[in-house]
Amino acid sequence: MKHKHTLSVLVENTPGALSRITGLFSGRGFNIESLCVAATLDPTLSHLTLVTTGDDFIIEQIIKQLNRLVDVYKVVDVTEGVYVEREMALVKVKAEDETRAEVLRMCDIFRCKVVDVSPKTYTIEVTGPESKLKAVIELLKPIGIKEIARTGTIAMVREKKTV
Amino acid sequence: MTKMTGKEMVVEALKREGVEVCFGFPGGAIIDVYDTLERDGTIKHVLVRHEQGATHAADGYARATGRVGVCIATSGPGATNTVTGIATAYADSIPMVVFTGQVPTSLIGNDAFQEVDIVGITRPCTKHNYLVKDVKDLPRILKEAFTVARSGRPGPVLIDLPKDVQNAKAEFDYPEKIKFRSYNPVLEPHSKQIERAYRMIEKSRRPIFYVGGGVVIANAHKEMKELAEMLHAPVTMTLMGLSGFPGTSELSLGMLGMHGTYCSNMAMAHSDLIIAVGARFDDRVTGKIDAFAPKAKIIHIDIDPTSIQKNVKVDIPIVGDCRKALKKIVKAVKKAGRPAEAWKEQFQEWWEQLHAWEERHPLTYKEEPGVIKPQYVIEQLYDLTKGKAIISTEVGQNQMWTAQFYKFDEPRSFLTSGGLGTMGYGLPAAIGAQMAFPDKLVIDVAGDGSIQMNIQELATAQQEKLNVKVVILNNQFLGMVRQWQELFYDRVYAATDFTFTPDFVKIAEAYGATGLRATKPEEVREVLEKGLETPGVVIMEFVIAREEGVFPMVPAGKATTEMLLV
Ligand SMILES: Cc1cc2nc3c(=O)[nH]c(=O)nc-3n(C[C@H](O)[C@H](O)[C@H](O)COP(=O)(O)OP(=O)(O)OC[C@H]3O[C@@H](n4cnc5c(N)ncnc54)[C@H](O)[C@@H]3O)c2cc1C
Ligand SMILES: Cc1ncc(C[n+]2csc(CCOP(=O)(O)OP(=O)(O)O)c2C)c(N)n1
Ligand SMILES: [Mg+2]
Repeated sequence: MKHKHTLSVLVENTPGALSRITGLFSGRGFNIESLCVAATLDPTLSHLTLVTTGDDFIIEQIIKQLNRLVDVYKVVDVTEGVYVEREMALVKVKAEDETRAEVLRMCDIFRCKVVDVSPKTYTIEVTGPESKLKAVIELLKPIGIKEIARTGTIAMVREKKTV
Repeated sequence: MTKMTGKEMVVEALKREGVEVCFGFPGGAIIDVYDTLERDGTIKHVLVRHEQGATHAADGYARATGRVGVCIATSGPGATNTVTGIATAYADSIPMVVFTGQVPTSLIGNDAFQEVDIVGITRPCTKHNYLVKDVKDLPRILKEAFTVARSGRPGPVLIDLPKDVQNAKAEFDYPEKIKFRSYNPVLEPHSKQIERAYRMIEKSRRPIFYVGGGVVIANAHKEMKELAEMLHAPVTMTLMGLSGFPGTSELSLGMLGMHGTYCSNMAMAHSDLIIAVGARFDDRVTGKIDAFAPKAKIIHIDIDPTSIQKNVKVDIPIVGDCRKALKKIVKAVKKAGRPAEAWKEQFQEWWEQLHAWEERHPLTYKEEPGVIKPQYVIEQLYDLTKGKAIISTEVGQNQMWTAQFYKFDEPRSFLTSGGLGTMGYGLPAAIGAQMAFPDKLVIDVAGDGSIQMNIQELATAQQEKLNVKVVILNNQFLGMVRQWQELFYDRVYAATDFTFTPDFVKIAEAYGATGLRATKPEEVREVLEKGLETPGVVIMEFVIAREEGVFPMVPAGKATTEMLLV
């Protein structure tokens, strides 16, 4: 069974490390659905969040292949446990006289923010799990989306809660 | 602390790593390193005729010795010429360090003269690689490169050296050892897994050892032999595993896979326990994966977790060095204290079946009056060398006949490009091996096609006054491809006809070497005897049956039991 997996990868902050990782995916026919790279508190390490799909066999192979790279410090399959994930999108949507109110109403319902306004558009910021972004985008589509920019998913394993 | 230039660091590091010989070809972007190497004079350098030759020679040296092979090339075309050799070493897990010159850091990215992004190009075919931007990093990078190349699952590492870095100075603080934060191959196998493995072996009735290149790499031939003998269990080898277990042993079933023996493939298919040691379930071995060894449980020992569970489901994975793992299993067997007879009895029925298979379809070929059969040439070569030579091969039928008909007893005595299947590998690899073992007989078994891919290296062998012998099995075809066309493409011999052959005897002579030719079966022995006796480089050409095939053969995509036989 194919499933979506979010992998959290800590990698040496060296030139070429990122391209080693993306090269591994393209070279071995694994797919990357989204990829997010940023610094960590330790400047010598970068943090990569990578969303991919595959059956257990493939995911096991992906994790092993990542670990095999000399630059990769640690790989965690976040989806294995309890985790939180977020993604942000900026959506520039048509907002003319007849639709302005509706866009605002939607923002309200989904707790989005309007971050830029022009005579004919609103740019709104949506944050949440991927499913929420999907829902918002679907609802905005009929109104007329002019442009979308998305960050890709970031994720974090939740601390164990003692009861 | 002493200050040194980058080029001095390179040479100093080579010395500290115990490098005795390196292979290469100079140019403007690496001239500085060459200058230092020559003035220093400690390390022997072999000047090849093509950078691909340098990489295969370093690779052959590494396979024959187990040490890291080193080669050097200039930027641009020099660097790109190394790519095939690097990929060849990568595919077979061969430790190698490759130095390439690069344009000065200030020019990188400017499409400068002889600039290529060799680090980008070789990223997918090196174990790791480096572009050195600051000479201060060079001592660490040099140490890392050698450590990464030889540790864990070995592989080639490339270091790209911009010209200004070669000449810049920094302190040379060369670490004895290096610790990596992110690279720590697991060597020690888990004891629990060893115990489980032992119990599974004890329960088995039809076990088989499936020995791969990892056994050769780990220098685990002794342990492998000891364990197989203690259990009196059969052993089959992959192409890369040949020489990892004595081919003359009564326990050896020969090679398995596409051109493996009937018995090996039948044994795998009917076994109840496969013990894979340093082998990676390559498609040439498994055939159609759904039909592969349906009844077998699998124990898989491998240092690289990615090899395990990649193609087939494994019951007991054992991650670690196979020499260590084999030692531990040997210990477990000893501890259990069963008498040798008990094991023999346990597998007796299995052996009866195996012998029946062996008898039904042994490795064989049909003799034809008046034409030389390639298998006969290899048999005679084996007979004359008593299996004591180091044999390299090119790729194709010549390679398969050698794998089938030469029996390898000595570890590291068989050098062949298995994973990539690189035509042109054999001659430079033989040169590399001969550099390591000047007194050993080193023979490249070649095809008429492959030999022409790096034939220029005859000059290298001559300049170094080596004794490399080349046996050319000349079928005037790209024979292996022709065989596929014969079997699966209605005998449409598209682009495989090599009817025009250069006069190999004259080629030998043109290089100042000896050339001999046999065209009839009765000349084979004589030519081999004379050729092996003659000092210096000798080419022995055997004009063989043009359309001889390699059998058994498992057609691609078929189950391994569906073999085409002689
Ligand atoms: C024309 C042609 C025909 C071929 N036909 C056949 C054929 O009929 N049969 C056949 O077998 N091959 C054949 N091959 C070769 C085939 O393509 C593969 O190269 C070969 O099967 C792989 O061998 P291997 O499984 O031993 O793996 P190798 O490539 O030798 O890999 C070694 C394995 O050992 C592991 N390893 C390394 N070091 C250690 C250590 N210290 N401890 C434990 N594990 C370690 C590695 O991680 C790896 O998994 C053919 C090739 C060509 C070019
Ligand atoms: C560099 C390279 N190109 C193409 C191939 C594909 N190939 C595999 S075997 C073979 C034929 C080799 O011919 P020859 O060296 O004469 O050997 P033979 O099979 O006739 O013994 C070819 C073309 C290859 N393995 N390597
Ligand atoms: Mg040929």
